[in-house]
Amino acid sequence: MRYVYADNAATTPVSKKVVEAILPYMTEHYGNPSSLYAIGQTAFSAVDKAREQVAAALGADKKEIFFTSGGSEADNWAIRGAAALGAKKGKKHLITTKFEHHAVLHTMAALEKQGFTVTYLDVYEDGLVRTEDVEKAITDETCLVTIMYANNEIGTVQPIAEIGKICKDKGVLFHTDAVQAVGHIAINVKEQNIDMLSLSGHKFHATKGIGALYCKKGLRLPNLIEGGAQESGRRAGTENVPGIVGLGVAITEMCENIEENAKKVSALRDRLFEGASKISHSRINGSTEKRLPGNFSMCFEGVEGESLLLMLDMNGISASSGSACTSGSLDPSHVLLSIGLKHEVAHGSLRLSLSENNTVEDVDYILSVLPGIIDRLRSMSPLWDHIVENEKQ
Amino acid sequence: MQYSEKVMEHFANPHNVGEIPDANGVGEIGNAKCGDIMKMFLKIENDIIVDVKFKTYGCASAIATSSIATDMIKGQPISEALKLTNKAVVEALDGLPAVKIHCSVLAEQAIKAALADYYKRQGIDPEPIVGKIEEHDHDACHI
Repeated sequence: MRYVYADNAATTPVSKKVVEAILPYMTEHYGNPSSLYAIGQTAFSAVDKAREQVAAALGADKKEIFFTSGGSEADNWAIRGAAALGAKKGKKHLITTKFEHHAVLHTMAALEKQGFTVTYLDVYEDGLVRTEDVEKAITDETCLVTIMYANNEIGTVQPIAEIGKICKDKGVLFHTDAVQAVGHIAINVKEQNIDMLSLSGHKFHATKGIGALYCKKGLRLPNLIEGGAQESGRRAGTENVPGIVGLGVAITEMCENIEENAKKVSALRDRLFEGASKISHSRINGSTEKRLPGNFSMCFEGVEGESLLLMLDMNGISASSGSACTSGSLDPSHVLLSIGLKHEVAHGSLRLSLSENNTVEDVDYILSVLPGIIDRLRSMSPLWDHIVENEKQ
Repeated sequence: MQYSEKVMEHFANPHNVGEIPDANGVGEIGNAKCGDIMKMFLKIENDIIVDVKFKTYGCASAIATSSIATDMIKGQPISEALKLTNKAVVEALDGLPAVKIHCSVLAEQAIKAALADYYKRQGIDPEPIVGKIEEHDHDACHI
């Protein structure tokens, strides 16, 4: 049976180049970058090089890149830090959206408990926020606007440069969780007026457990993790040298091929949309234009997402869903609800996230299997019977 | 979260799927908003459940619990079907993840709803025999 990995928004395989690059930092150059002898200094230089690579990929300076354990830590640090800076000036209002990743939403909830107020901007049916809503929400009390670059479930890409400009003009800090975007679409933090940006390596073929926060020069966030003097004294803990080296290699590799990959992957995604849209009672979630190249998200009425993805798994396809049963709670994903989907529709969601490793054959295989699975689930679904009956009336 | 092999077996090849055209007891429980609906069809003769079929919209554990619960009551007298508990269903499946226990409750309730329908069709008040069937609104997703 064919195997198709179509859950690259969850994580990606580590690239061969990355594996080759990081191995020596575990076996030969295993020194601590803080040590002054040769193998320590080799590790120090490698970290420095990776910092330059990450900075170059974002249009930043290497002094503005701080390695973290991943995207969640970077989000927590940026948001909690900006909130603390704001509170010092008596500004205790934050702005975000309803469909952020939980690393942002749960951090916001924690800050609300500490007396901050948070505006959660609406997301529209196209999966996009409106810049005028951002502008209207900013008050004299606002210390931070944080809006994700691209959504992890529906892949919609937000008007980041416009929001950056608004925040700059209003003198409010702007952070973006770019975990899904980095390595897949071109980013320039200076041109887009981004003050802080979170990224995570395993979303673009580096290893798990490594990420970074870009924090613009002159913005001194309070530390989230105290300890040694690593990362210019701003993020303590012995550096994850292999992870950092891999991050640098992966981001460089991705950015070198960013346009070519986007072209290839979005063509695969569109082929998938075209084929799957032929299934009756289906809908595409979010804008098809302002979208990550690899993100496919659709809902199929009358079927439940977990059953759908387990049957796909039985056919060798790894996918994801935003149904309640897969979210581990009793409600379907907040992202799908935020774009106005009814619970019963959101339960039938399917996300396929492609990468440049996927092929036309992969897509055609998915399309050869998917309609049959949906038919099978609908044939045993009383909800589907209700939908069909209602239409007859 | 991980499903037992038994759950996956019943999900991949569920038993007793479908409808019984001349069923004399039909019960449906759950709602679309919660993400699971179970419908049970019973054919009862001389107080024996001679045939049972189900249709389920829901996750793998909802389908697996429907499948095994129908196996457990097929050919049994009504009195035995009434004794079927969600706990017995969970045990028969070699366990369910904690967040999925409500699926087993649904299976028990769906069978009771079908039995209640059977009694109603004969002009018998089902409540003293079957007990009260929970109304299943969205708040009740949490059972």
